[in-house]
Amino acid sequence: FAGLADVSISEDIPVEGEITVPVGSHSPDEDFSTLDEPVRDTIMRDLKAVGKKFVHVMYPKKSSTLLRDWDLWGPLVLCVSLALMLQGGSADSKDDGGPQFAEVFVIIWFGAVVITLNSKLLGGTISFFQSLCVLGYCVLPLTVAMLVCRLVLLAGSGTVSFVIRLVVVLAMFAWSTLASTAFLADSQPPSRKALVVYPIFLFYFVISWMILTFTPQ
Amino acid sequence: MATVDDLKFEEFDDAANLLAANPDATTISIDEPAEIPKNQHSRLQEPGREEDDELLGTDDSDKTELLAGQKKSAPFWTFEYYQTFFDVDTYQVLDRIKGSVFPVPGKNFVRLYIRSNPDLYGPFWICATLVFTIAVSGNLSNFFIHLGKPTYHYVPEFRKVSIAATTIFAYAWLVPLALWGFLMWRNSKVMNIVSYSFLEIVCVYGYSLFVYIPTAILWIIPEKVVRWVLVMFSLCISGSVLVMTFWPAVRDDNRRIALATVGAIVLLHALLSVGCLAYFFDAPEPDFPVPLIPIIPAHNGTTVVTKSH
Repeated sequence: FAGLADVSISEDIPVEGEITVPVGSHSPDEDFSTLDEPVRDTIMRDLKAVGKKFVHVMYPKKSSTLLRDWDLWGPLVLCVSLALMLQGGSADSKDDGGPQFAEVFVIIWFGAVVITLNSKLLGGTISFFQSLCVLGYCVLPLTVAMLVCRLVLLAGSGTVSFVIRLVVVLAMFAWSTLASTAFLADSQPPSRKALVVYPIFLFYFVISWMILTFTPQ
Repeated sequence: MATVDDLKFEEFDDAANLLAANPDATTISIDEPAEIPKNQHSRLQEPGREEDDELLGTDDSDKTELLAGQKKSAPFWTFEYYQTFFDVDTYQVLDRIKGSVFPVPGKNFVRLYIRSNPDLYGPFWICATLVFTIAVSGNLSNFFIHLGKPTYHYVPEFRKVSIAATTIFAYAWLVPLALWGFLMWRNSKVMNIVSYSFLEIVCVYGYSLFVYIPTAILWIIPEKVVRWVLVMFSLCISGSVLVMTFWPAVRDDNRRIALATVGAIVLLHALLSVGCLAYFFDAPEPDFPVPLIPIIPAHNGTTVVTKSH
């Protein structure tokens, strides 16, 4: 800027222009160069974003990161792993067994879509994919519960194991519901909060029921 | 020229007495102003009003038609159109649920609670809750009934959720459709004072199903008598909500058709509850101890052991 050092502006000429502050640390140059970065960087960036959101779910506090930078990788991973873990019990049974893979998948995604539609129809201000993202990520405590249940069932399937499973599932169900409510309830007018929270409660209740009633053959 | 007597103030007796004295006098009757303010949620109406007015709400039926037209003005392909069906607050939904569980004889559910603001939130989520409640309660009840048996292996019976969902959502949406079509058809033949829109009928059916949620939970109790008492009780409550809503709509019709319509409504409702009970809940087995017949030595030396359960 050396050439501008001796430029003088008289005071009666309005000075106008634009000041743009780049949001975040990305300048246009960096975006173009992500094509050249090593694959490891690309993957790690997304993994870190997903991991950060997992942490947010486990310690829910009002942060807008989860809402602003939504992604559906985390929900997909959680949904697939939950559906796979619910499979071991009923692979061979003809009917009247536990839910099939497709059923779990459909329940989680269709349920999340219906809840999102419901909250938008009631006048919510949250966007469609943000809500899907939150609902999907808040399945994490229940996936942890499923893991714990399968481990407990390896040890035995008597009354004691049932009580342990019941307590764990109940605790995780409460955690899921509270976590997602903390993120989603604020986007509603206060007179309709309960109308939005109840379907979320029902959704996680159904998933918890599927986890609790899992019986290995 | 008026005499002093004519100008004296007279106490007016009852209309009946005056009429008896002078049967040919022309009479004018002025009703009390019967405006019901649109936004008041008052459920206490003056006890002196006739049952007809309470059931029909004729004075505000014109207003409801006008207001209904004003509300749904967005074209049906926009999101705002569907938002008008979810224009309810928490307390309104709770009020409507309360009104369906405690029906007051003589009060019309639609006129009292819906008041030209039918919502789809209640019917949809009540049906969804009912589906899962029936499936879960049925599963739990079967588990407790078969608990002691050594051959019993617990299965979650997840198939039944889809069957329950199909049944209940079909009932809650197709029956109102059929009923609405039927009422429209009769309306074209006989001028009914009361007519309901399709959404109002869906609303009534949806909210009337609410009482089955606690009923389904109580059906876990494995006693036949208890279950059938619950069936009767819940049928009475939700059936009365439906009957009190639809009787004014068919009352002006041919007597037989009116009775047949109301009878069909109650019959379908009963079929739903009895069918759910029969399909999702196994019959509780009679409680007699397993007799062990002692070993009977047969006359050719072999022993026969029989055990029945």
